[in-house]
Parts: sequence; C-alpha cells; structure tokens
Amino acid sequence: MKETIRQLTEAFGPSGYETEVTSLIKTMITDFVDEIKTDVLGNLIAIKKGASNGHKIMFAAHTDEIGVVVTHIDKEGFLRFATVGGVGISTLVGNRVRFPNGIIGVIYHEKADWKDLKIDKLYIDIGAESKEEAMEQVKIGEFGIFHREFCDLGNRLIAKSMDDRVGCAVLVEAIKKIKEPRNALYFVFTTQEEVGLRGARTAAYDLEPDLGIAVDVTITGDMPEARRMEVSLGKGAAIKVKDSSLIVHPKVKQILMDLAEKNKIPYQMEVLEFGGTDAGAIHLTRSGVPSGAISIPTRYVHSPSEMIDIRDVEASVDLVVALANKELNELN
Amino acid sequence: MDVKHFLRNLSESSGVSGYEQNITEQISTACTWADDMRRDKLGNLIMLKRGEGTKPKKKIMLAAHMDEIGLIITKVEKGGFLRFGTIGGFDQRVLLGQEVIVHGKTPSLGIIGAKPPHVQAHGEQNKAVKLEDLFIDLGYDTKEDAEKLVRIGDLVTLKREVIDLQSSLLAGKAFDDRAGVAAIFECFQILSTLHHEVDVYGVATVQEEVGLRGAVTSTYGIVPDLGIAIDVSFGDQPDLRESETIKLGNGPGIAIGPHVHPKVYDRMVKTAKEWNIKYSLDPSPSPGGTDAYAIQVVQAGVATILLSVPLRYMHTSIETIDYDDVKSTGKLMAMFIAGLNNEFVEGLTCF
Amino acid sequence: MLLAQLTEVNGAPGQEGEVRNLIREQIEPFVDEIKTDALGNLIAIKNPRAIGPKVMLAAHMDEVALMIVGIKNNGMLEFRPIGGIDPRVLVAKTVIVGKKKINGVIGAKPIHLQRPDEREKALSIQELYIDMGVKDKEEAKRLVSLGEIAYFTTKYEEFGEGKVKAKALDDRVGCALAIRLLQEDLSFPLIAAFTVQEEVGLRGAGVATYQIKPDLALILEGTTASDVPGTDEHKHATSLGKGPAITFMDRAVITHPPLVKELFALANEKNIPVQARRNTAGGTDAGQIQLTESGTKVAVIAVPCRYIHSPASVMSKKDYDGAYELIKHYLRCLEEREDFQ
Repeated sequence: MKETIRQLTEAFGPSGYETEVTSLIKTMITDFVDEIKTDVLGNLIAIKKGASNGHKIMFAAHTDEIGVVVTHIDKEGFLRFATVGGVGISTLVGNRVRFPNGIIGVIYHEKADWKDLKIDKLYIDIGAESKEEAMEQVKIGEFGIFHREFCDLGNRLIAKSMDDRVGCAVLVEAIKKIKEPRNALYFVFTTQEEVGLRGARTAAYDLEPDLGIAVDVTITGDMPEARRMEVSLGKGAAIKVKDSSLIVHPKVKQILMDLAEKNKIPYQMEVLEFGGTDAGAIHLTRSGVPSGAISIPTRYVHSPSEMIDIRDVEASVDLVVALANKELNELN
Repeated sequence: MDVKHFLRNLSESSGVSGYEQNITEQISTACTWADDMRRDKLGNLIMLKRGEGTKPKKKIMLAAHMDEIGLIITKVEKGGFLRFGTIGGFDQRVLLGQEVIVHGKTPSLGIIGAKPPHVQAHGEQNKAVKLEDLFIDLGYDTKEDAEKLVRIGDLVTLKREVIDLQSSLLAGKAFDDRAGVAAIFECFQILSTLHHEVDVYGVATVQEEVGLRGAVTSTYGIVPDLGIAIDVSFGDQPDLRESETIKLGNGPGIAIGPHVHPKVYDRMVKTAKEWNIKYSLDPSPSPGGTDAYAIQVVQAGVATILLSVPLRYMHTSIETIDYDDVKSTGKLMAMFIAGLNNEFVEGLTCF
Repeated sequence: MLLAQLTEVNGAPGQEGEVRNLIREQIEPFVDEIKTDALGNLIAIKNPRAIGPKVMLAAHMDEVALMIVGIKNNGMLEFRPIGGIDPRVLVAKTVIVGKKKINGVIGAKPIHLQRPDEREKALSIQELYIDMGVKDKEEAKRLVSLGEIAYFTTKYEEFGEGKVKAKALDDRVGCALAIRLLQEDLSFPLIAAFTVQEEVGLRGAGVATYQIKPDLALILEGTTASDVPGTDEHKHATSLGKGPAITFMDRAVITHPPLVKELFALANEKNIPVQARRNTAGGTDAGQIQLTESGTKVAVIAVPCRYIHSPASVMSKKDYDGAYELIKHYLRCLEEREDFQ
C-alpha cells in the first residue's frame, strides 16, 4: 500500500497533463479489471462488471495535481508562471518545480514585502544563463509540478499530491481486493479536478451511473490553532456531509455510515465549508445522480508536503469494498 | 383549496437545501390537480397536468424552489454548545438571538447566543458578531449530553411562525421561494377551470440556494420547450435604490435580460395588459441567481422567463411579502399558459 | 468591408439580432443549412452528410453593453453593465440608447466643481448616468423602456501601421474569421456556431455544442493584449503584430494538448507567425464546449486586441489575416488525415 502511494505521488501529472499517472495506474490494475479505456478528456475508466442485477457505481479519484505553467521567459532566462489549480502563495517561495523532461527550477521573488507578494512578482530559476538556453529546456505553456519526494514516517506519510493520489491508491487497492462484486463498478481516475471538476463531468455523462462516490482528500483541524474542522488524522475515513460543490444525498450518507458501523470501519463525519470534489460534478449529470464522498483526512492540503495516516487510507479502502458489495435497492 | 394557508404551513416547515423531503411530502399531499407526479434522483418534485392539444404536445415547465437556507453543525463544544456553518447565503448579523430547531435525533429547540455585551472589550460592540463566534445553546450542560442528540453534519433551521402584517402582507421565513411554490398552486387552481393545449409541469426544485442544482437535473429530465422560473425579487424598502427593487402589492416582476426569451417576454407583458394584471419591469443585467439561469442552458437550450414575487428582507426569518402578489403571479401564468398554442412555441427557436 | 460592418452593428448578450441577421446574410451563399435555437445561437452547416471529422468553429456574437435599469425624475437614465466593463472607461462617451436608437451622452460633474480629492477617485457605476437631452421622466419614458440597451457608437477605422480601431472586436473578429472560413471548399462537415451570451457566462456555447456534437472545436476569439507602456513584459498576455495567439490554459479551459501542439507545428511549417497566449486569466466558450456531453477536443485561436471591453479596441490586420491563414491550413490538413475517425 505504502509503495503504491509512493509511486503515485512521485508521478508527474498537473491538470490537463495526467498521462504519466493514468499510465502508471493502468499497469497497476489491468490484471484485476474486466475492461479499461480512456476518453476525450483523458479520464481512465476501469470496469468490474459485477452481478447482472447490481447498481452502477461510479467511483472517482482524480489523477491531476496542482502546479504551474510557464507564461514568459525573460532575457536572462528566468521564467514567469501562472498557477494551475489552487496554489497558495505562501507555499511557493523557495519551493522547487519539475517540468516533464526532468528540468528542475527554484521559485523565488522580486524584492517585495511578504504582504503584497503576488504571483507576478515570483519567478522560476532553472539555472539557464540566457533566454536561448532556457528555451531549449522549457517553452511557454509548459506545465510543471512541485518537486518533492515521498517520506514514510510510520503511520503517517508525507508527499506532494497526496491530493488526490492517495484517493487513486485507495481505488487501486480496492480494485485488487474486490473479487466478485454485487454492483457494476466503474472506477474513474479523473483528470482536471483541480481546475473545476472537469474530467468527472464528462465521464459521468458518458457512464450514467446510479450512484457517484468521490474518493478524495479533506482538510483536518487537528493542528495548533487550526481552522475549526472536526476531522483528525488517524480517526478513520471521513464521510462527507457537504462541501461547496455538493450536499451529499441523505440516503448515500446514511448508507456509508451504516456500512462503516456494520463492518466496524473507523469513520468520522466531514462538513467542509469550502472546496469541492468530483462528486459535485457527478451529481448534476443528466437528470441527477445520488452522490457522496469518502475523504481521506489530510494535513497541509495544497502544499508540497501533504500528510496522511495510513490507517485512514485502509479504512477508506474497506469502505469502498463494502459499498461495492452492498445491495442498493434503497436508491431506486 | 386555501393556498394561503398551504403557504403558511410550508413556511413553517423545515427543508434546508439537500434535505427537502418534508416539504416534498406536504406539497405532494396538497397537490390534487396533477395527472402524474414523480420525484427525480435529486428529489425534485415534478407534477404534470396534461394539456388538451394534439400530440406531440409542447411542454412548459414552471419551477419554484422549495429549499431554504439553513445552518449545519460543525462541532460540539465543551458544555454542550454547538458551532455551526451555513448552507446558502446567510447574513451573520441576523442570526444573533434567533430561536432555532436543531434536527438531531429528534428536533430540539436551540438559541443562537454569543458573548453578552457586558463582558465585551471596548469597541467590540460596534462590530458584527462573526459567524465563527456564534453558537447554539441547546440547554444541555455537557458535551456528552449534547452528543446523545446531535452529531456533526446535522442541520438547523430557524424557528419562526408566519405573522400577518397590515393589509395582505405576511412575514415569515423561507417565503424565498415557497411563495413561488404557492404561486404555482394558484396558477393550477385557475388553470383547472380553463382549457390549455400544452402539457404543464409544475416543479418544486431542490438545492437552488446552493447553486441552482435541482433545476439543472429536473430540466434535463423534462426537456421542456418553455420554462418559467418563479422566484422572489428585492421588494421596495427604504435602504435600497428604487432601480434595485420592485414594489410590493404591484404584482409580479417580469424580468428582462439575457435569461429571458424576447418573444416570451413580449407575450407575458401582453397577457398582463390583456387581463389587467399589474406587474413591474425587472431589468436584470446579471442574469445568474435564479432557476431560470439553469433551465435556459440545459441540453439544446430552453426558452425561459423569470417572474418574481416582490419580497423584503431576503434571507432573514422575517421575509415579507404581499399575498396578493402571489395570487396575481399565479393568475398571470395561468392566463399565459391558456393562451399558448403549438405555433407560438415552435416559433421560439426562430430568430 | 466585413469587419467594419460586423463591429458597427450592435448586440448585447441576449439581444444579438442585428449581428445575427448580418452574419446570416453573409454566409447564406456558402453553407447548406442554417438554423437557430431557443437561445438565438446561429448554427451554419456545410457538408452535413459528408464523411470525415465533424469540425466546429465557434465565435460569439454578443458584446458588452449597458442596460437601462432606472429613469430618474429629471429624465436621466441609470444603467448597469451587461458583461464586464470597467466603469472608468465610460465617462464622457457617446452612446446610442434603446430600440429607438436615441443619442445620449454619459455625463459627469465638470472639473471646475470637483474637489481636488474627487479627481483622484474613480467614478462608480452608480454615480454615472446617460443624458438624452430630455426634460423629464415622462419624456424619457416615451423614448426608452427599462431593460433596453445602450451601446458605444465607435466607428470602424484603420489607422497607423495596419491597425484597426473599433468597438466589439471581441468577438466580431472571431465572427469575421468564421465567415471567411466557411467560404473554403472542404470535404468534411464544417459547422460554424455563432454563439450568444458569452459575455455573461459562456451561456450559448454549450447549448450549441449539444446540438452539433462535434469531434473537434476551434474557438475563434479576440483576446487581451497588454503590450502597452506601464506593463511589464511578462504581463503582456499577447502582443499586437506577432500573429494569432494560441491558448494553453485560461480560467475556463486547458486546451487539448495534442491539438495545441499541432497548431504550433503547422504555423512553424507554413511560416505563419504565432504566439502563445501568455496569461491564464479570463475564459472563453471553449470552457463550455470542452465539457459538453462526453467531452470535446478544443483549441482557442485568438486575435490580440488592446483595450477590449471598452468603447475603442485596437488590433492588427496582420494578426487577423494570420489567424485566417493558420486555421485555413489546419482545416486543409484535416482533409488529408486518415487517423481522424
């Protein structure tokens, strides 16, 4: 499990350019699914057919991560950039970025007060000595990610892009564990979540599921003087009640809570007052899809060092597996 | 049926966005006129009254949202006090001192409190109390006792009985947009005495307050040729500009803007004049914020219009309307629908 | 001239009639079918039954404008922008108001009577008004009704070194490109969507795409150029005269990477100057088109325009012609490709 998370978090996949991640996942799961395909937006869709009278469940974990995109290369070879997805400026200065061909750069700032530090006062230095040299290595419009290695601290793990490679890892593990599911399972490794839940929207349209479940990260409130949030690391899978993109269907919430209780899976309730997940896009597809989300509690979300607890990941896998095998007639 | 009484009951019932079950039941029980009724996957209640025209009949959809804004429990504090967030757009300043119903294991009374003025620092009283500093007092003494009843993610609604003001004015909560639902009922009451060619779908939509969500999926399921959204609009009050408001007692506002089909607008205005129904023009340069915006762009596009019941003090527990406006909104829609024929509806895609 | 005609007609979001009629007239000889939908999108189809990729061109017909929302007792008109307008560009401009096309001016207090500190402050939209020269509210009401639109009155003119000044270049330049491209003789189905209501939230494009179901869409736009004094080079976004701009990402879309790559390569091969749009702000119809139904491959090709969303925007004819050449060559390439199906 930890090895799966390591491989996934070390892969390159800013929004719109997720192929390395989807290819990696494909090699991990091909032997365990009945069918596998991609669509126009690059979503990877893996299918386990299940029993003929089961419900169609779409599980979504997004493969993309936040990052940067080069917008300008100046005479001295410094790069200017825009952010891809919700990147906090405080996480940038001194941070390193990596481009697809392995080029590494460091982000720093023009002289300025921290208070009015804006993105256009930051630049990336890839060590080039001229514009020409820089342009041989990157071009305008090149997407990059934050460069950071995976660390195993025991129960706790740190890596970049735990959001949402840990969700991908949950689905990969679940795919391996689920043998003959009662329901028809569509595991969708989605693209472009960080820029507006885009991949999930077109995938859900195509699949027309009966139930949509996003597996994604959520923030915690268990750090010093943290924002009020009753989710903690190590206390189990978080069952979402709402976020800005979705109010979880009351029946779906109840199904997940009952499953956790029945199977003694540790869980906590999540009320997120901002942010969204793929389920937000899924539930508004066509004439509506009852949807919910299983969240993995994560500290320092959208920083290069996102921390999770492996026990919460295991609980999330168990919950996905339990749902895959549950008869869902109450959704009719 | 007494639609005004029905509206009172709706207003006093609880149905926060995503949790409209209770309102749905009341509406479906009261709905005696539908030929067919169903709920879609998101909980929209769709009530069909068939027209008398020849097949294939055109479809018109009337949409008003039944959800209300509310609060949601985010933490149970020591001493049994509850912290909360919002669902939908609440002004934090109107919450202090409100009585609420906490929908835990059983519905229970709570009071929204904050630090009393006596112990506040100098100058603090000039500032609004922030949402994160407010709490609900359930009357329990310990966290453990409170947790027997309430858990994180439980919903909270304001507790308010409808009161009558002078003439035909009413004050209460959630008239946004249950007044619109009442207008649909008024419409059908009249329509059942008239002939109409088109099939009419009355829809009580869900989750409008969190992003017009129910309208998106219900429209997809119906695929109407014409959509009328009925919502509330800012009524005249002393602290607002005249150009931002419509007058109470002057009938519905008829919106004009990108979300309104020009031919439907012309026809609606003509209908109002023909039947001597008062109305206000309601120019809307920024079209978002009502179900009309969502209905318009579903599938291959829907000709839409927005009618608004004027309402003062929006998103508070003392929303104030003139019931006569609800009646005239219903009447205007009924007359409009009775006058529709296939030819007019087909013409809506010809520009 | 096409672009002159297109920029001198008016079309606020939801009221694109004049633009639509002009375009319809222009394209009728070159297409097989023309239809409109419930929102007023104009959809023109060439070779509907042909075999090959279904390619969509999209350009929006609407422009930012002002909606009349109130009439004061003295007959002055209160207005609000429909679409994004910086209120600072409005003072002391002439406008044409409503269905009756009444002349008006946007007034402000004379400099002599302003306090020194007032001059430093931008006027808010609430402080501005349109003066039609009427005596009172009654006279105003006879001329204009609430909800009617006021437009800028800018004339199309060519000036300087190959530059064009006009209103509404965003996105009549895209409309002009689509009209020219429809005249090409191609073997596959080519569908142009002249969309409505882009400026108030990309409203028409999704609806049009739902009807068209294209394999591929090229969105033709006029986009921000800030290659002007006071702007650091890395904030220019695009520059006039350096060719059409190709978008890799904006607020609404990440364009289809292989398609973007192909366009750059083709421009290179054909020696057409081209630039990347070097900014990720703003959004275009591409955002909706990409996400319609099961998804569409999209690219955005834009003509750089200075001062968009103001009474007078400026572009270079070179970029306009460059955009035309690039897309024309791209469409021709598609004909030769067998892998498209």
